[in-house]
Amino acid sequence: MLEVRALTKNFGALRATDGVTLEIAEGETHAIIGPNGAGKTTLIGQLAGDIRPDAGTIRFAGEDVTALPTPRRARRGLARSFQITSIYRDFTTLQNVALAVQARSGHSFRFWRRAHADDSLISPSQKILEEVGLEKRMHVVAANLSHGEQRQLEVAMALATRPRLLLLDEPMAGMGTEESQRMIAFLATLKRKQTIILVEHDMDAVFRLADRISVLVYGRVIATDVPEKIKLNEEVRKAYLGEES
Amino acid sequence: MAARKILPWLGAAIILALLPPFLLAIGQPFYLDLARRILILAIAAVSLNLILGYGGLVSFGHAAYLGIGAYAVGILGFYGVGNGWLHILAAVVASALVAAAIGAVSIRTSGIYFIMITLAFTQMLYYLGISVAEFGGDDGMRLKTRSLFPLVDLNDPVAFYYVALALVILSIFVTHRIVHSRFGMVLRAAKSNESRSRAIGFSPYPYRLAAFVISGAMCGLSGALYANHTNYITPNLMSWQQSGDLMFMVILGGMATASGPVLGAFALLLVEDLLSGWTQHWQVILGPLLILSVIFFRRGLAGIFYKADA
Repeated sequence: MLEVRALTKNFGALRATDGVTLEIAEGETHAIIGPNGAGKTTLIGQLAGDIRPDAGTIRFAGEDVTALPTPRRARRGLARSFQITSIYRDFTTLQNVALAVQARSGHSFRFWRRAHADDSLISPSQKILEEVGLEKRMHVVAANLSHGEQRQLEVAMALATRPRLLLLDEPMAGMGTEESQRMIAFLATLKRKQTIILVEHDMDAVFRLADRISVLVYGRVIATDVPEKIKLNEEVRKAYLGEES
Repeated sequence: MAARKILPWLGAAIILALLPPFLLAIGQPFYLDLARRILILAIAAVSLNLILGYGGLVSFGHAAYLGIGAYAVGILGFYGVGNGWLHILAAVVASALVAAAIGAVSIRTSGIYFIMITLAFTQMLYYLGISVAEFGGDDGMRLKTRSLFPLVDLNDPVAFYYVALALVILSIFVTHRIVHSRFGMVLRAAKSNESRSRAIGFSPYPYRLAAFVISGAMCGLSGALYANHTNYITPNLMSWQQSGDLMFMVILGGMATASGPVLGAFALLLVEDLLSGWTQHWQVILGPLLILSVIFFRRGLAGIFYKADA
């Protein structure tokens, strides 16, 4: 599904991504963990297309997408959620999701018919909101949602584009325990059906959801393996898990 | 709900429709002229609101299309073409083409650069207008003939007023449909959060460019009417002050609201008329008034009447 080869990105003297090579299989939930400043968000940015890598290639669904801008990658099925919530704050929850549904329904040079009376946009959106548990907040302006609800909406919008690969950048960021648990339970329902790259600090979530884990330290992948092996990996414990406990 | 939204519009339309007989009855035909001018410029403000209010594109050169529309009428008339439909067609098409060219370049930029580039293009057209002596240059040019239409005679001030009124209503309605369509949602979304739009698969550029062209074309129509209104065309119609006036109507009236541009046009031009009748230095008073209004009516005049609809 996704093949990353020798991806490198420098910010001045700082090597944020240092020869990262990754392979994500279809249906896999692949977690990327690493200490703060390891370059996780920079990596996601390059996968999504917001950041241009200095070297290396990204192949998605068999095609080289390294040079494609974000919107075209998104239309090919590469959707992301943002670590810092990025929603349409002045639109309602439903409108937010409906826009994401609209994005995958062909061009939008349709000038006359009302979008909010268009059932081909509204009913899939309502379904997705039910799945993530936001259906009761459908008509609330997104700015007035709680932080946790905004995070849910963030994920809902990425999902609404029906991605082939979902990039989740810390979906649980800033959530309370209860909200996190609900989000983890929801993401668990996507497993197998959806290929996911999950960047997350919450180790509980990572070990419960991931099929495989890559550990990123100073821009380099120091290990990629199944969770049980990662837990035991000496280098990983030293570089990362050790710091936590 | 729907009735509550439509009633104020209906009321306003009725009042405006009854204005000509009322003004003639009290012997104030001058105000009919003023009202017509306001309505015509309101169309330009409505068109600017599409890109400025809904699209977030701060075009500081919208007077260009007012000028192009006006010159289309003037130049066709100059060569002896009086057919009004041709005038309108030429005004709209020429404005759309120029908007496409200006937009194609300027929409690649954003923020202050966009403001400056749109201003620069319009200044270019302004100086072009000054330099072409054949069409009056700096002094401007008198229309040989007003646009000729079957059934409606624009020389009849009352008939012309109703034409302007009908076209304001039409332009509000068309804009309303556009901003609530799929296209409009993409346009507004890109203003609200561009990186989110890109992440779900929208490239804002073609949508913004299309909106820019629609807006320019609509403003060209306003320019064609304006030429008929004054019966006289000068490059001043394309001056940056005129662009600023249009921006002010939109901001004062309420950006991204249906009624805002019209309210703004009435407020700005009525106050201007009132003050200029009172003192020669009316701008000294108008300036602070505008500043105060922006500070106190954050959502514009339309915000006083109802919440901006999402």
